[in-house]
Amino acid sequence: MHEQAPDEQALRGLIADVRTGKLSRRTFINRMIALGLTAPLATQMLVYSGVAHAQATPSDYKPTKRGGGGPLKTLWWQGATLLNPHFAVGTKDQDGCRIFYEPLASWDPDGALYPVLAAEIPDLENGGLSKDGKSVTWKLKQGVQWHDGKPFTAADVVFNWEYAKDPGTAATTIGSYSGIKVEKVDDHTVRVLFDKPTPFWADAFVGVRGMIIPKHLYADYTGGKSRDAPANLKPVGTGPYRFVDFKPGDMVRGELNPNYHMPNRPHFDTIEMKGGGDAISAARAVLQTGEFDYAWNLQVEDELLLRLEKGGKGRTDMSPGGNIEHIQLNSTDPWTEVEGERSSLKTKHPTLSDKAVREALALLVDRQSVQDHIYGRTGIATGNFVNNPQKFVSKNTKWEFNIDKANKILDDGGWKRGADGIREKDGKKLKFVYQTSINTPRQKNQAIVKQACQKAGIDVELKSVTASVFFSSDVANPDTYPHFYCDIQMYTTTMTQPDPETFLLQFVSWEVATKENKWQGRNITRWTSKEADDAFKASQAELDPVKRAAYLIKINDLACNDHAVIPVVYRPRVQAINNKLQARGSGWDSDFWNLQDWYKDA
Amino acid sequence: MGRYLLRRLLIAIPSLLGISVILFTVLALAPGDPFGELATNPAVPPEVREALRVKFGLDDPIAIRYFRWIAAMVHGDWGFSFASRIDVDTLILQRLPATLFVIGSAQLLALLIAIPVGVLAARKPYSIFDQISSTLAFVGFSLPTFFTGLLFILVFSVQLDWLPFVYRDVYETGWRWYWENFRQAIMPICVLGLFQAASMTRYVRSAVLDVIRLDYVTTARAKGLGERVVIVKHVVRNALIPVVTLVALQMPAIFGGAIVTEQIFRIPGIGSLLISAILANDTPVIMAVTFVFACLVVLFNLIADVLYGWLDPRITLG
Repeated sequence: MHEQAPDEQALRGLIADVRTGKLSRRTFINRMIALGLTAPLATQMLVYSGVAHAQATPSDYKPTKRGGGGPLKTLWWQGATLLNPHFAVGTKDQDGCRIFYEPLASWDPDGALYPVLAAEIPDLENGGLSKDGKSVTWKLKQGVQWHDGKPFTAADVVFNWEYAKDPGTAATTIGSYSGIKVEKVDDHTVRVLFDKPTPFWADAFVGVRGMIIPKHLYADYTGGKSRDAPANLKPVGTGPYRFVDFKPGDMVRGELNPNYHMPNRPHFDTIEMKGGGDAISAARAVLQTGEFDYAWNLQVEDELLLRLEKGGKGRTDMSPGGNIEHIQLNSTDPWTEVEGERSSLKTKHPTLSDKAVREALALLVDRQSVQDHIYGRTGIATGNFVNNPQKFVSKNTKWEFNIDKANKILDDGGWKRGADGIREKDGKKLKFVYQTSINTPRQKNQAIVKQACQKAGIDVELKSVTASVFFSSDVANPDTYPHFYCDIQMYTTTMTQPDPETFLLQFVSWEVATKENKWQGRNITRWTSKEADDAFKASQAELDPVKRAAYLIKINDLACNDHAVIPVVYRPRVQAINNKLQARGSGWDSDFWNLQDWYKDA
Repeated sequence: MGRYLLRRLLIAIPSLLGISVILFTVLALAPGDPFGELATNPAVPPEVREALRVKFGLDDPIAIRYFRWIAAMVHGDWGFSFASRIDVDTLILQRLPATLFVIGSAQLLALLIAIPVGVLAARKPYSIFDQISSTLAFVGFSLPTFFTGLLFILVFSVQLDWLPFVYRDVYETGWRWYWENFRQAIMPICVLGLFQAASMTRYVRSAVLDVIRLDYVTTARAKGLGERVVIVKHVVRNALIPVVTLVALQMPAIFGGAIVTEQIFRIPGIGSLLISAILANDTPVIMAVTFVFACLVVLFNLIADVLYGWLDPRITLG
């Protein structure tokens, strides 16, 4: 039997223990994580219940003076292509921007907020959060200067909202700014107003989408003129390093900011972010030859990493996040065209609509082997779609690999083996096309699943699509993942925020990808459930973090236990760090979330 | 001569136009979406992607996009990178010096090896020296640069720890600047240069062999001229005519071959720009870089022809 999730009452008891000091914050968060909740959620539970954020996590900063650390050389195997945080396309761009620009607060590895340009993290006790959940008041740090010497004030913060929400700017951050109002209270206070109670308030001005650009350099370049701003290529921020040079896709260089707003920081005199090449040689340059101090996002087989680590120059660091490699089972029929569209909501999958078939398939995915033989430390077997932060992780799902049990379920379901050994029922055979992108670990994973399916009388045809096609949003190409013109597919969904709300849009009925919305909906499996819809809506209005977590966990459980998706492994972010370098990645923010605190032991 | 040049340049225009039409159509029909990465990010609403597509005119018909591109090109506007949101010509100019430096040095190294070795080998064909140099040449051009590149990295960076394998912008000053630049350039230049030298040695050898048997060489020897003078003044001079044209014709191919080397050593040249643009589906950049390569082919063909006429007075251009 699996462990029961604690009920609301028990959670409240635990929170009270934290408040009175009987239970440490960390223990509480760890316990919540064990329950399947993500760390940021757990932290927020404490905040709402009047327990302040841990604001001093990276206090183990040792250097006692600014500078003197020499150069910091970092390697991104895809270089930053632009340096305006509101245009950032991928994490590479966000990381490049984060050297110079800063948000009000960053997400630390535990999913707690860490103040950067904010003087403190808003909560109920300091009055930063309103009781009705409709506003957040941020107090800004005083005396912060832009790299050009101008003061940083509330006007800059308000301007970022105006800039990003303007559709003419076409900012990639628009999602975080369009539904809100931001007003200046005084020179160092801003208030964010929501239309309705908003439980997850820490989105605008926080983390990778919260970096603040200076009003005095961008005010003339909003909307359609945004691309002409000179500062797009020569950033002027508040960060620990000042801009020196930038070659798109190749390198970003910065030098120590002598007026940085945190004492004794930064430690390094210069910073270099070199781009290009491939992940394996990037790992090699840090772990084996020590040419570089830090390498980003090492999507490399664990076996290789372990071998390179023997070089002795560096270590690998895993930051847990919510990225999940999962298998999707199509709820609709991909082989029948209705009104010019396959996998249409008006159809039902001929065989996968039988829950027995889905259950059998879930039993046939050997997740432990996938973890042991393919991903190692870089992919952990799981039965949940939401795997982090811990307060959101469900304890109500389970997974196993059991061919006999799968066979029995199919036998009981009336699926009889035909002359060719393939099961069928009412003339419909269990034959599936299983697609994914071209990527060695994925092809190995496909083979493991195919083999097990064969033993259960299910015929699986493997298909692999070039990643640039599979992950494109090309409306005309039937091989993209949102079209889902086949029975089964597999890929990783990235979780960019330490809150699963947007992440779980993948299971609500109004987000189904269809021809009508040009396959831009987030619900790719086309699985719908009234219960999941209701739970989602309820979670959006629920201010009590404990109840809200319960709703979100329920959506995970509904989708996983109905086998709309078969989670395989969740994948932490992997980076290589020089043995002397003190740095810590956060799965919820840019790799540079606390760049100002990086230092090297002498 | 002037009229010939003018005529050749005029002929080049339609061929470049044809090339640009083909490139543009192929790129427009190719799958992939410059804003595909946004599609997989749940925090970016689909409307942003739509707005960007409209902003960059991606949803217009191919013909209209082509004419817009060609009209801008005539005005010297190379287009605007989707990925970096800056002008493509700035992007290319940033990358050009590194490519020219590496390719130029490699070509120089290749010539410095190929000419003496080829001449010496041809002077005594089938001698031990010729056998060895031929074997090495065959080994040299059978090994692709991506292989020798990785081999060099494993030996000189990983095992011996002598040279860095990441090519970066050096910002040390003074003599350190030269030293660091030299150290990081050795491996890529050798990889490219040795590959070139291998095939070039064979050309030089056969060209010299063709010439060395001619009557005028025998005459020169009969006059009592020293062997050195015969070889340098009479043989090599004439033998190098086909070699020079070959080198010129090969230049575009070398630019293409350098793409792989640039990727392996992370050289910030136009080759690695092309690769990252392809990966990001940054069509304006791909278009511009491939078009530059196309221009290079046409240009070096012209240079080869002109050089040929200049070196060999028997050929008149007109």
